[in-house]
Amino acid sequence: MLFLFPPTHVDKVQSPRPQNHSRGPWHPSREQFLPPSPLSSVPPPPSFPPPPQPGVPARLPALLARREEDMEAQELPCVLIDCIGGKHGVYEDHAEFLKERFCLITMKEYLENKNFLGKKIRAIYMWYHKPVINEELLQSLPNLKIVASSGVGIDHLDLSLLSSYGVKVSNTPFIVSTDTADLGMALMLASSRRLVEGHQMAISPDTEYFPADWLGAEVSGATLGIIGMGTIGYKVAERAKAFEMKILYHNRKQRNKEEERAVGATYCKKIDDLLQQADFVMLVVNLTPQTHKLIGKRELQLMKPTAILINISRGLVVDQDALVEALQNKVIKAAALDVTYPEPLPRDHPLLKLKNVIITPHIGSATVKTRHLMKENMTESIQAGLAGLPIPNEVLL
Amino acid sequence: MRTAQVMAEQDLPGLLIMGIGGTHGVQESLAALLKKHFSVITMKELLENKKEVGKKIQCIFVSEFRPTIDQELLESLPNLKVIGNSGVGVDHLNLKMISNFGVRVTNTPHAVADSTADMGMALMLASARRLVEGSQIAVSPDTNYFAADWLGVEVTRATLGIIGMGRIGYKVAQRARAFEMKILYHNRNRRSQEEEQAVGACYSEMEDLLQQSDFVMLVVNLTPQTEKLIGKKELGLMKPTATLINISRGAVIDQDALVEALQNKTIKAAALDVTYPEPLPRNHPLLKLNNVIITPHIGTATVQATHMMAEEAIANMLSVLNCQPIPSEVFPQ
Repeated sequence: MLFLFPPTHVDKVQSPRPQNHSRGPWHPSREQFLPPSPLSSVPPPPSFPPPPQPGVPARLPALLARREEDMEAQELPCVLIDCIGGKHGVYEDHAEFLKERFCLITMKEYLENKNFLGKKIRAIYMWYHKPVINEELLQSLPNLKIVASSGVGIDHLDLSLLSSYGVKVSNTPFIVSTDTADLGMALMLASSRRLVEGHQMAISPDTEYFPADWLGAEVSGATLGIIGMGTIGYKVAERAKAFEMKILYHNRKQRNKEEERAVGATYCKKIDDLLQQADFVMLVVNLTPQTHKLIGKRELQLMKPTAILINISRGLVVDQDALVEALQNKVIKAAALDVTYPEPLPRDHPLLKLKNVIITPHIGSATVKTRHLMKENMTESIQAGLAGLPIPNEVLL
Repeated sequence: MRTAQVMAEQDLPGLLIMGIGGTHGVQESLAALLKKHFSVITMKELLENKKEVGKKIQCIFVSEFRPTIDQELLESLPNLKVIGNSGVGVDHLNLKMISNFGVRVTNTPHAVADSTADMGMALMLASARRLVEGSQIAVSPDTNYFAADWLGVEVTRATLGIIGMGRIGYKVAQRARAFEMKILYHNRNRRSQEEEQAVGACYSEMEDLLQQSDFVMLVVNLTPQTEKLIGKKELGLMKPTATLINISRGAVIDQDALVEALQNKTIKAAALDVTYPEPLPRNHPLLKLNNVIITPHIGTATVQATHMMAEEAIANMLSVLNCQPIPSEVFPQ
């Protein structure tokens, strides 16, 4: 649900504004910026016609008749993004949506014109953890009010630093939940039934027959241990219940009785109890100092030798070297990881060579629909933040 | 002089199996299970002394479609009473011919249901989320970043069309419901209202199901009526964004029409646990398509399921020998 942004203040602009002249609506082109020079009258018009805005006439003579304040009232808030398109950028079709609501400034454009644009930027739209936010950037963005981060994880953000600059933070928690839970189930099924290996055999040029002694393990009726029973963990439990799995869970706080009964989940206050009984251990925690290397050598050894570890949280929740060792020594049977540290892993990393490991390229929320919802959520949060209204999905320290 | 154990073994009814161990034989642990109830005889032992050994065989345990049951074999087994098939599909058996010899056939519908339904779900999820492709990117030597715009499609709240709502199809529906999927189904017979409501499934005509589903899953058995059930027309009715999943038999799909539909983007993707033949010839176009996942007919390939199938087959065969009601007999059509 989006709402129009009513501007309630005027940016502090250092250079003196031209008197009795109006400026055109501010729509920077991608290629060039023409900041008003202190002594100029009307600045040169942008090199392309600005996109039409409701209530804003397109022709210059009409603009000249308007007062400056009216012009500023039509101004879209400036939002910093990393880039559009390419490996990590905002998607082209998303950019169209965003440009109707914000004045998008890419990092490249900002760096070319730091002094002027720095003051205009009031929000950062952080897509795939970019642009990277550090103290230097915060110091150059005096009017920054809010950082909207895509996805639910915020371990890549220094929340105290942002808070010290009075900048609010939002994420996109709930909309990623079902996709991530679905991927957890997909990885558990794929690993247990050896789906990737099986596919490779089915298409391999060397395959002449399908051997009868090639077996996986059953998911239905097995025991699933969920570590981290937040929104995503609970949705995993709902899905696993339909497979008649026995569900154990470990969490900072125990869920209430109705919630437990609804999914048939049993609380394990001690993580050890869960690790010793589970056929599948699924990590669904967020990354914090407390969950860093939560699963190490000790925890892996507590697991059954027939057990499979599934990670849909963050790579750093697992002691990766200990995991490699455990897999090589058959301390556990297999692993399925949507997340590693770093991403991608170095190409010579032992995890890439192990037969009993499935790795996916951090695609927990990688569906067309969810990414659209993320974009809409982030837009709402930015608009609320700039209007001084309560921010949906605000991340509090 | 014979020991009591050897005497006891000789009292047990003779059971023919393909072999023990290796790539085509019965698993060691299952052979041990069979030996508790039968005097187990391998094909090799039979062929070495057809006349003597043939008389002893009252049952055949068919596993992974072996041994092949042909006229010659049946003629050499004058005392054969029952063929216990491991698995539910019996399209590889000539039921009429076997019946003419006065031999009964049983299958294992209960033991296969959970693991096959799980496989259907595994294939649907893997295909939707591009799991195989993704795993290849994650380990490829050429990968130096993960692209932000590499996306799959949602399973939660999508529409699943189940063609064939028997035991396995129903278990698929139970699982899909937990993913908040909208479930349509088509079957020879409509299920009861309670059964439909329990899984939130809507009965549909085939055409409606094909037109509305994001995922179409084939869970029928192979009969003359279901052969090439999905052909060019049916594929043309499906959404261009839809995925076809097959956990029934390869021959239920017109495979050439499927290849064409995938190449022309008439449908988006396919995930097949079964093909015709198995394995496919190594130059078959299905092996080269990016949007196809193929698994080597592993719908029941779990330690647990293979054990349950052996136990169910044993119970069926013993019921025939003991003249008791037979839990899962199959008849020629």
